[in-house]
Amino acid sequence: MRAEDGSLAPAAGRFVSGRVMIGSEMLLRAEGISKQFLGVTALSNVDFDLAAGEVHALVGENGAGKSTLIKILTGAYRRDGGRIVLAGKPIDPSDVMDAQELGIGTVYQEVNLLPNLTVAENLFLGREPKRFGLTNRSEANRRSREILGQYGLDIDVTSLLATYSVAVRQIVAIARAVDLSGKVLILDEPTASLDAAEVSRLFSILDGLKQRGLGIVFITHFFDQVYRIADRVTILRNGHKVATRPIEGLKRIELVSLMLGRELQEQEAHVAEPVDRSQKPVVASFKALSKNGQIAPFDLEMRAGEVVGVAGLLGSGRTETAELMFGIHQPDHGTIEVDGKPVTFASPRDAIAHGFGFCPEDRKLDGIVEDLSVRENIVLALQARRGWAKPLPRKEQEAIADRYIEALDIRTSDREKPIKFLSGGNQQKVILARWLATDPRLLILDEPTRGIDVGAHAEIIRLIGELRQRGMSLLVISSELEEIVAYATRVRVLADRRHTGELPAGEISADAIMRAIASAEDETSGGGAGEGRAAEILREGTA
Amino acid sequence: MIGSRLFPLATTFVIFILAYALCYAQFPNMLSTRVIGNLLTDNAFLGIAAVGMTFVILSGGIDLSIGSVIAFTGVFLAVTMGEGGVPPLFAILLVLAITTAFGALMGAMIHYLAMPPFIVTLAGMFFARGMAFLISTDSVPIRVELYDTLQDLYFRMPGGGRLSFVGMAMLAVVVAGIVIAHFTSFGRNVYAIGGNRQSAELMGVPIARTTILIYALSSFLAGLAGIAFSLYTSAGYSLAAVGVELDAIAAVVIGGTLLTGGSGYVAGTLLGILIMGLIQTYIVFDGTLSSWWTKIVIGLLLFSFIALQRGLVWLSARRRGAAAIPA
Amino acid sequence: MTLPTTIRRVLPQLVALFVILALNTAIAPGFLDIAFANGRFYGSLIDILNRGAPVALLAVGMTLVIATKGIDLSVGAVMAIAGAVAAALITSDHSLAATILATLGVGIVCGLWNGALVAFLGIQPIIATLILMVAGRGIAQLITEGVILTFNDPGLVFVGTGAVFGIPFPVILWVAIGIAASVLFRTTALGLLVEAIGINRRASSLAGIGTSALLLAVYAASGLCAAVAGIVAAGDIRGADANNAGLWLELDAILAVVVGGNSLMGGRFSIAGSLIGAMIIQSVNTGILLAGFPPEFNLVIKAAIIVVILVVQSPASQTLFAFMKSRPRSEEDAAAPVREPEKEAAR
Repeated sequence: MRAEDGSLAPAAGRFVSGRVMIGSEMLLRAEGISKQFLGVTALSNVDFDLAAGEVHALVGENGAGKSTLIKILTGAYRRDGGRIVLAGKPIDPSDVMDAQELGIGTVYQEVNLLPNLTVAENLFLGREPKRFGLTNRSEANRRSREILGQYGLDIDVTSLLATYSVAVRQIVAIARAVDLSGKVLILDEPTASLDAAEVSRLFSILDGLKQRGLGIVFITHFFDQVYRIADRVTILRNGHKVATRPIEGLKRIELVSLMLGRELQEQEAHVAEPVDRSQKPVVASFKALSKNGQIAPFDLEMRAGEVVGVAGLLGSGRTETAELMFGIHQPDHGTIEVDGKPVTFASPRDAIAHGFGFCPEDRKLDGIVEDLSVRENIVLALQARRGWAKPLPRKEQEAIADRYIEALDIRTSDREKPIKFLSGGNQQKVILARWLATDPRLLILDEPTRGIDVGAHAEIIRLIGELRQRGMSLLVISSELEEIVAYATRVRVLADRRHTGELPAGEISADAIMRAIASAEDETSGGGAGEGRAAEILREGTA
Repeated sequence: MIGSRLFPLATTFVIFILAYALCYAQFPNMLSTRVIGNLLTDNAFLGIAAVGMTFVILSGGIDLSIGSVIAFTGVFLAVTMGEGGVPPLFAILLVLAITTAFGALMGAMIHYLAMPPFIVTLAGMFFARGMAFLISTDSVPIRVELYDTLQDLYFRMPGGGRLSFVGMAMLAVVVAGIVIAHFTSFGRNVYAIGGNRQSAELMGVPIARTTILIYALSSFLAGLAGIAFSLYTSAGYSLAAVGVELDAIAAVVIGGTLLTGGSGYVAGTLLGILIMGLIQTYIVFDGTLSSWWTKIVIGLLLFSFIALQRGLVWLSARRRGAAAIPA
Repeated sequence: MTLPTTIRRVLPQLVALFVILALNTAIAPGFLDIAFANGRFYGSLIDILNRGAPVALLAVGMTLVIATKGIDLSVGAVMAIAGAVAAALITSDHSLAATILATLGVGIVCGLWNGALVAFLGIQPIIATLILMVAGRGIAQLITEGVILTFNDPGLVFVGTGAVFGIPFPVILWVAIGIAASVLFRTTALGLLVEAIGINRRASSLAGIGTSALLLAVYAASGLCAAVAGIVAAGDIRGADANNAGLWLELDAILAVVVGGNSLMGGRFSIAGSLIGAMIIQSVNTGILLAGFPPEFNLVIKAAIIVVILVVQSPASQTLFAFMKSRPRSEEDAAAPVREPEKEAAR
């Protein structure tokens, strides 16, 4: 639980009229950090600091640069520019081990210890206590019990880590990091797969570590957790630092707008004209579709000539919704109807057979077939639907490829160039072309503008509008609000893995979407101190 | 029970006991120390090599070269000690140094070229066999005093069975393997790399050094197995031990080690060796069954264990509620 | 130079083959001589083509399997099974046609078994096919009941030793099957779909490719090729030797595919390249014999070839090649093979 104003540990800096007074010496200070990947800027001149006994939340959408910043602090990446000062001394961690020895320990969300080793082995991997040159297991076990005891964890340390819940593994990982490093603890989305009770437990452990004077960097996309545990928050967007603010006095709606990159006052015209939905034929309807642990039951009726925008923060169930609709995962419950007839999708193949298309969020992993040419990537879905025995003649393939290269302005010197040599925006257009070539009736786009340059960005938005006017039904997931406003004819709002509301055509504005997300996040947050007050703040903001 | 890491090992143990009981019911002689002694002696070289293979597979790799290394060792010893007149002990030390360096080289290639162990050790397999051929294509008998002494060395068990020197050597290697696997940092690192290379690296496991050591250990033990094999056959022959790597892999898997790495026991490999030896012994006792049944039964066991492992992985993934990977 | 892409693709292999053949000619002046006697051609070149037949046949199927990022270790054992089935059927007075059809069917079933383990149980290909590699010879011996099952059926013997227009029948067989497979995969969309699976199975599946069915088909094709090779090997010695038929040929086949310029990491494949690879291996074998080296030298050469190819194919040198290639190109390419720096799981 967040301590009340003024009672924070002294080292955390003092809050004076809502602003942080930086203490004479910060535990960790990173100044002007920059990082490029082969010419693409991932971080640009980012400052970040951390006091002892402070929890500093780091928030931002996918691609904002959170991971890059963390990896630079932990030595996984080398920075291109800037400097890092730890406890008064400039440091330059060469690798993860080096950073650990300097005092910066990290707990990752996914890559988390080794489930095939015992708890004690995980705690002491690489520094096993020895006796007569052999590892001393009983000593390691004894010390493991001791260490975990400090966290109120009384488990069999000789059992495999795999036998314990994610929450316990998380605590073991924290214990290892603290025991190994002891100054700075970085937590990369530690609560992503924890339930409410487990989160509370984790937070009381973090409170204990604060008391011991550790500085904690906490990456999360759950707002209520930011309010419950953090003292300050830094918001990153597109590789830039947007702001660092003390949580005290920061309105929730303000945080949302900082994250999504829009000033509250700014009003924008709703570009997409309202559509009389009832006149349009229903393409597909999804009824009470759900999958345990992924997405709560939702209804959705997709009509021709409409663009349903899907808004929600990271982890709210946006991608999960799309995956059920496209047959990537099979729902536990619910039905799908296409043209009024019930259908089941055992795989994407079935969905494609009904005229669906899907541009996945992770282009690299799920989208491009990297060694194939632009032409082959474009015709792939169409060819798969025709079947292997009916090949598209080469001339026709070339015609299709050329048509879309021109129509979508795909910048490539040659249609036979492997797609991996294209820039992100052009790769995205190729994937779009792949689906357009199949002439889909329902096209699902998951973050179609992520990580692409400004020009391509505008073209894709224009294209979505065009496709709608041609009668296509589109579902577009995006965390860019202006973008959704520009093309959506209605907006689904998601929070905490459920569909919490919908904005009809006349009511769409970035403001409205933001408020809907903020209030939905608020309602669905699983209890906690900040909750009631946050709702208050929200009302204040609205007033 | 099913979730326990001991489950595959326990399965192997139960299969071994059941198989032995079945054999005993039909041929009471099978329980004699004589049969047990022979079981150990006949499979000694395979057992020694399989201990090395256990480490390789635990780390998520595979070593196809061990059969060739065994043959090379035998031929090298036979020729250097015979025609070459090299003192036996020196020849043995020399060949162990060569095989260990050979394994280290393969490990280095696997790590630094980032190539699948399968193809690198395939090259190693060709190379070692080719070297054996180049030394001699004949079966070269070994006649040195040291060998006679060692061959006459045995421990008489109650009931008249003999635990031969090579049998004892295998048991010693198994014990050493258990100690290395479970009581050294190197052993932990092997399991760590096999469990998740990326995590292991983030946790500070020295990947390069460990990988090189793993393959060096495997080749060292293959060299040792080659010595045991030459003691067993009193000869060195470049065509010997063809396909031993497959038997070793089978023994490791039947012994309950996960082929994808990270989980398993050296003791299980010993059980795997004994089960395979038992099948052979049974076929010999039976007299009417043909030896090819050995391969079929081993194939069936392999399939059962691989399917069991997949099943366990699937079960634990389901329990964690993880989403199925799209096909 | 404006060579057709298919030829350009296998140019390094062709050059290597010609260099080896030239070396052979230098070593043994009569190397290129071809004589015609008893209704067929004789000579070292013909010998290479003929002896290389089993590996060439296996390499066709193996190329497809490797293109899907798989591997098939069982083909040698499947050859033994096929030889045993063919010998057993022909000696129990089945017709030649029935024998051959049944044998090919057995090969396909073996392949389907492997494919099912890979596609449906999700077992790594090397492990899945290891099972049949171990058990296969036992099965073959079960069929031959442990003896070398000999036969004299002229039809079956012809498959292994016959000649048409003076050209040994096995040569015609592998050339024909190689061409047929190339045509099948390049005139239909199969080639593209197989390559897509090998490069990115997830993305292929999302694009609507029936990945499981294709994997099954590819392993079945490998089994079929192995069955043909098994019949050739059996016909050659007029008998089925369950112990030695096809022994270690899976490794030669893999080597042929790799020498043929196909990546073990899957993706782009060239059947022609693999066939030339098989001939390169056979030419090296023959050359070593001609040079008076012991045939055992082969293995060392093969090891050296693998090492060279590994170094060339290794990610480190690939990056170097890509770097050198992409440098002179336009700006838009410079930002090309960037891995997304930010990869945070959204679920």
